[in-house]
Amino acid sequence: MANIVIDRIRKSFGTFEALKEVSLTINDGEFVSLLGPSGCGKTTLLRIIAGLETSTSGDVLIGGKSVIGLPPKERGLAMVFQNYAVFPHMTVYENVAFGLRMQKADDARVKTQVEKAAGLLHIEQYLDRYPNKLSGGQRQRVAVARALAVEPKVLLMDEPLSNLDALLRLEMRTELKTVLQSAGTTTIYVTHDQTEAMGLSDRIAVMHNGMVEQVGTPVDVYNYPATRFVGGFIGNPPMNFIKVPVTNGQVTAGSEPLKAPKETGDEVILGLRGEAVQLAPLPLGLEMKVRVAEPMGSHLLLTGSIHDQPVRVILPSSETVRSGDVIGLKLDPNRITWLSPESGKSFPAATAR
Amino acid sequence: MSAQTTSKASPASFVSSSRWLLWSGIAALCAWVLVPIYLVALGALGGRQGVYQWPKTGLPTGISLDPFILFLKTEGVLQSFLNSLGAAGITVALSILLGAPAGYALARYNFHGKDSYRLLVLLTRAFPLAILALPLTVSFIRLGLYDTIIGVGLIHTVLALPFAALVTQGIFMGVPRELEEAAWVFGCTRVQAFFKIVAPLALPGIVATAVFAFVISWNEVFAASVLTVRNRTLTAYLLTVLSESPMHYRFAGGLMLILPSVIFIFAVRRYLFAIWGISSK
Repeated sequence: MANIVIDRIRKSFGTFEALKEVSLTINDGEFVSLLGPSGCGKTTLLRIIAGLETSTSGDVLIGGKSVIGLPPKERGLAMVFQNYAVFPHMTVYENVAFGLRMQKADDARVKTQVEKAAGLLHIEQYLDRYPNKLSGGQRQRVAVARALAVEPKVLLMDEPLSNLDALLRLEMRTELKTVLQSAGTTTIYVTHDQTEAMGLSDRIAVMHNGMVEQVGTPVDVYNYPATRFVGGFIGNPPMNFIKVPVTNGQVTAGSEPLKAPKETGDEVILGLRGEAVQLAPLPLGLEMKVRVAEPMGSHLLLTGSIHDQPVRVILPSSETVRSGDVIGLKLDPNRITWLSPESGKSFPAATAR
Repeated sequence: MSAQTTSKASPASFVSSSRWLLWSGIAALCAWVLVPIYLVALGALGGRQGVYQWPKTGLPTGISLDPFILFLKTEGVLQSFLNSLGAAGITVALSILLGAPAGYALARYNFHGKDSYRLLVLLTRAFPLAILALPLTVSFIRLGLYDTIIGVGLIHTVLALPFAALVTQGIFMGVPRELEEAAWVFGCTRVQAFFKIVAPLALPGIVATAVFAFVISWNEVFAASVLTVRNRTLTAYLLTVLSESPMHYRFAGGLMLILPSVIFIFAVRRYLFAIWGISSK
């Protein structure tokens, strides 16, 4: 068990800056996801922590000790790779035992550890098979078992579920959470899939263009995005952004004035989650032109526009709204994110917590 | 009724015809390789009369090992055979020991001048040996390598090395980098990871490269003829001696040239096929 401190890590490939001063602290036993679109630098950061890539500058501390310059094997970590990287010329047993064998563990310990890890991931019956006789999901289990068998201080996972089909991914996600909760290992999990990150993590670090845009619990990141990018990237449908004028420190949404944060200029962007609205009679509510209404069973998805800006809104399925209707919406003032049109950052003072 | 049978028969006949095609293809390929060897063997073992017998009988008649053994007892044959084995051994060992690391570096690292290096490797084959023969002979005499098997082995290594480097590059590229990285993470040094993970997976390809180097050296005749006088390799020896020999001696020489390659390939055939399938997916 160990905490990880990432201190102002920079990485450039030639003139391209993959990471621009990334700092992040991961507490002992915590599960943190690095979430972002492809090319945001999340895998590069993970590989720097693992020692598979060198950083241009900055420091990485694992358990209070700087590991920069140490080879991967001296960092006390284990890793699960995107393509599983299960050794094809070894049986499942030898694959899971590999790390222990390299540590020169005695046979009895190897056996107990392998059986324990195999039991956690339900691969006991495959132990004497070769990986080419296994399905993708089973190979991924082998890869996770191999990582858990060494009881690492730190577990790194690089998009471990992205090669599995949708159903299997869902199943493995739940199972991973069960397994890792009992292991209590400090885990860094790289993914571009927000549902994985939301479902598994204690905290999420949202990355974009080589920078960490926001670090927070899944609920915080969802409800109070620090930037326009985070709001747009997380959530399905993504957050709506409506640019509105500010007069006398107030914004009018329908007939109801909303108090804008002090720092705003003439205009402000309202960040609005699709489900943070209620239907309201028209002169009172904010006017929305509904272009398409899609009843989804569990909810009603409306696509249309407010102030000629595109929005998607979610209402309870009990409401009846048809395509082409004009409706009024009441906004929940506690769930509005106020964003600066210039910087795209939210005004933290106004964001109620 | 008849319509029914044809509709039933057509998929079955498709399967059987494709199977027939497969087996006839296999038979043709086997014949392509085996018939010439068989005819050479017939000539070598049939004695003086057997060579000229026409039409050939399907099954060998009047066969005996005597003419072949007589050939083996001819002065210089056995020694040149051993010389050839020695030169081929040096070629295989050096081209793998030098070529495989070069191939690994080409496959795994990005360095300045990588492409020009690759081109340079191939350029060693751009100068015909015929041009190099005289200068080579002179420098070999100075270095004391002239008329030695080591000298011949070195030249054959030069011929085989470019291919060894480029072919092993492809082989190492076929071993996913992630496997090696996983080995590092789980406690291997770079050297350990190479021998525990990369080498076993690359073995079939490396063995194929070794076969290739062996055959290059075994078949090479020009450099071997120019650079040796007494310590001839088998090819060089046969070239000078056999033109004045009776026909069945020539066939015996031919058979002796063919057999070691066949036996060598047969011996390493197990390693020529990927047993585990390299793909990590």
